[in-house]
Amino acid sequence: MSLMAVWLKVDEERVVQALQEAAEKLDIAEGEVMLDFSSVPRIDVSGLMALEEFVGRADDKGVKVALRGVNVSVYKVLKLVKLTSRLSFVN
Amino acid sequence: MITSEAVQERVHIPLATESLSQERIAYLEGLVSQAKTAAAVFTQFTQEDVDRIVKPMVLAGLGQAQYLARLAVEETKLGVMEDKVLKNMCATEFTYNYIKDKRTVGVIREFPERNLVEMAEPIGVIFSLTPITNPTSTVLFKCIMAIKTRNAVIFSPHPNAWRCCSEAVKIMYETALKHGAPEGVFTCLESHTLQDNAYLMRHKDVGLIDATGGPGAVKAAYSSGKPALGVGPGNTPVYLEKTADVSVAVVDIIVSKTFDNGTICASEQTVVIDDEIYDVVLKKFAELGTHICNEEETKLLACTVIDPETGCMQPIAVGQKATDIARLVGLAVKPDTKLLIAPIQGVGREHPLSVEKLFPVLAVYRAKSTDEALKVCVDVNHAGGLGHTAVIFSRNEEVIRKFGEMMNAGRIIVNSPGSVGALGAVYNDLVPTFSFGCGTGGGNSTTDNVNIYHYLNIKRVARRTQAHMWFRVPNQIYFNLNAVENVRQFPSRSTIIVTNPALEQIGHVDLVRRYIPEGTRVHVSVIPDAEPEVKVIMQGVEALNFYKADQIIALGGGSVIDAAKIMKLKYESPDADLEELAAPFLDLRKRVIQYPTEKLNRARLIAISTTSGTGSEVTPFAVLTDKERARKVTLADYSLTPDVAIVDPQFVMSMPKGLTADTGVDCLTHALEAAVSSYASAYTDCNAMQAIVMAFKYLPIAFEHPGDEEARCMMHNAACIAAMAFSNASVGVNHALAHAFGAHFGVAHGRANALMLPHVIAYNAAVPTKFVPSPYQKGYVAHKKYATVADLLGLGGHTVDEKVKNLVAATEKLLDQLGFPRSIADLGISKEEFERAMPELTKLAFDDPSWRSNPRMPLMSELADLFWKAYQGRGLAKVTSASQQTA
Repeated sequence: MSLMAVWLKVDEERVVQALQEAAEKLDIAEGEVMLDFSSVPRIDVSGLMALEEFVGRADDKGVKVALRGVNVSVYKVLKLVKLTSRLSFVN
Repeated sequence: MITSEAVQERVHIPLATESLSQERIAYLEGLVSQAKTAAAVFTQFTQEDVDRIVKPMVLAGLGQAQYLARLAVEETKLGVMEDKVLKNMCATEFTYNYIKDKRTVGVIREFPERNLVEMAEPIGVIFSLTPITNPTSTVLFKCIMAIKTRNAVIFSPHPNAWRCCSEAVKIMYETALKHGAPEGVFTCLESHTLQDNAYLMRHKDVGLIDATGGPGAVKAAYSSGKPALGVGPGNTPVYLEKTADVSVAVVDIIVSKTFDNGTICASEQTVVIDDEIYDVVLKKFAELGTHICNEEETKLLACTVIDPETGCMQPIAVGQKATDIARLVGLAVKPDTKLLIAPIQGVGREHPLSVEKLFPVLAVYRAKSTDEALKVCVDVNHAGGLGHTAVIFSRNEEVIRKFGEMMNAGRIIVNSPGSVGALGAVYNDLVPTFSFGCGTGGGNSTTDNVNIYHYLNIKRVARRTQAHMWFRVPNQIYFNLNAVENVRQFPSRSTIIVTNPALEQIGHVDLVRRYIPEGTRVHVSVIPDAEPEVKVIMQGVEALNFYKADQIIALGGGSVIDAAKIMKLKYESPDADLEELAAPFLDLRKRVIQYPTEKLNRARLIAISTTSGTGSEVTPFAVLTDKERARKVTLADYSLTPDVAIVDPQFVMSMPKGLTADTGVDCLTHALEAAVSSYASAYTDCNAMQAIVMAFKYLPIAFEHPGDEEARCMMHNAACIAAMAFSNASVGVNHALAHAFGAHFGVAHGRANALMLPHVIAYNAAVPTKFVPSPYQKGYVAHKKYATVADLLGLGGHTVDEKVKNLVAATEKLLDQLGFPRSIADLGISKEEFERAMPELTKLAFDDPSWRSNPRMPLMSELADLFWKAYQGRGLAKVTSASQQTA
């Protein structure tokens, strides 16, 4: 099975914008979207809500969301809002 | 805490939430979700981040203190605006002063001497109820605490204080947000119902309920199944004792009771005044603008402000001015009256004014004595004030101490106002708060002034500590041929030589006597039995007392030296209870029973060993035979260790072959067990290893050639050196097995040890079924220790396995050389008899304390297995070492 993965780098300063851009590419991501979070040392409420929304939209389209390079502090935030079970993580 | 009409409507928070509409549930879920997200994001904040937010919040609160106070008074119609300003300022400024330098993120406290660090973990979402009596100050206080600790709060203000509280929340939230706090960190329920509270109290994402409210709210919080902080009701007793400074006390009580019209639940309710000062006190009160009610006025007052049905205060009076209450009652008072004082004659339902009164009405009681005063204070404390606050004015430290002992109150305020005193940081060093924990008496989980630490999960990071170890042996050890001559250097007025008949007969006692300084009175105490009993020992103690001995010379084997140790103990400390001192223990340093340190008499103990095995001359152990109960009692304490040990081989030259072998194997077993013990250290290892090498080399020679002086000398030293090792590292499972087997079948200790030894080496070298927890060892090393022993003995082998196998083989060969039976079966014990004895043997072995320092914990089944291996005999020990690695 060959699936097309979309790879996007998320920047600390513009998490919301990056996720909005990523959302636009969900239609071409047939299997998985890989979001590179290695430049996100901290996530704020708007970023977190944008990520939740993005994951919801990806679910609707049957696209899996993987996060790469998430630091442990951000990972804990995702854990606390119970988002980790809806994501996969790549170091 | 408060029972106004408005409060009563929320006393019974319903358990069921079925009546909530879907829309309402969605609204509440939205609040929780918002708070949860904020709390999650908040976990990333550093200490500097939160401190940057807290300070402007405090300044905003201070700036709006008057505005919020006015709002509160206008809305609640309770209290005094000027006092509420002060409350708001205390809630911000004093709280900040307490928390500003406190760490609440990451490492918050360090205890280097304990290798312990405390770290903070936020709670997450806090659901907070706030009261009508202190509405805005409580909100300000809780907001500052929450930000400092990185928590989100959903506020549920009292319905009759909603406007002022939501305004306070708004001010705090906007300021926090402006300085970087996560969105949604504070929310305030809009027009809520009791069902809303019930729903939120049980919500899975709410981490803590902080209920500052009436008893109903607190009860509901604690009943919700969630962790909760809740304040309880108060009924503060005050003891105005005859030594008090009356002028100061009266002003303090007025300050406190009139503060915000008495709405602080810690304020004074009943003042118990000593008879000697009662009139002076009331006169002083009257001079300072207080109306003292007469009997008729008191009755009228009670009828009006206390509900005769419930016995609780009437809501209409809560937080009202004294003059307004007087008008309500119909009392004629001066216009500047601050406080109404009502004399009462007792506490309870028959004395309505003895309950909590959150308004400026104070009950007073005339006590005829200190005892009566304290009892009345106890009555008041138990009449609705358990766990809260109590106040005393006194200069008598003993009375203050007694009062503190008798009151069940989280705060016992001395010589200062109760209400402001309990709030902390003004009159004393209590932590500033607007939430008083009332302990179990008030149905709370804490008696503390609720503070930032109650808004944190405190994590303890406990690093492994380097356990202190020890190496304790006699101060002086003299060894080699003619070492006995050193007896002459110990002056004594009266010496008792403890020995056995055989040694006296062969002239050993005379040999010792030769070196006792002239002028010393010498008495010989002969112990007839090889295993001395208490009765025999007590006869020896009688002799010590009779001759007023200052020195004991124990000349003999283990039994004699052990008996002398116990004689010394009972002579020096006659009240020592041997039964109690023999109580079991796990760690010598933490044992329950302590050996006596106060001594009636003092005597030096010189131990001269006449066998080469037990090493009793240097050990802290003594075994006593209890024939009546057919058992042996082991005493262990370093105070039993002889003061001087003499290891002179001339006393062992005539040892028979059998005894040479038995004691020699005992020595070897001591050393091998100490080497792999979980208490082993570098200090014991060097002794254990050296003793093993000496025993392997010289024991066969001493056995085959009893007259070989060098071999005898080396084995005598080896026994002492091995004993120094096991005195500090203890022994192991070999001894547990040998004790059980020896006791059951009457087999000599050394012989019993020999039967078990190869099997125990193989057992300890294998991967344990169960490891023993030990702070003294890192990792499992028994097999490596055995390999080291094999190397020292030059046994060859490349791997740890091979070396352990070679050690087992060498041990078996040595035992063969010494003529020991190869198996328990060889002793003539039938398989059936052994099988029958097995339950008893395993029980005895498991109960034996010796194995507690064994490197692996023996299971009962493993003990049985070891017994059966010993039954089958040598040559069967299979080595499967815990390590396959090349040594």
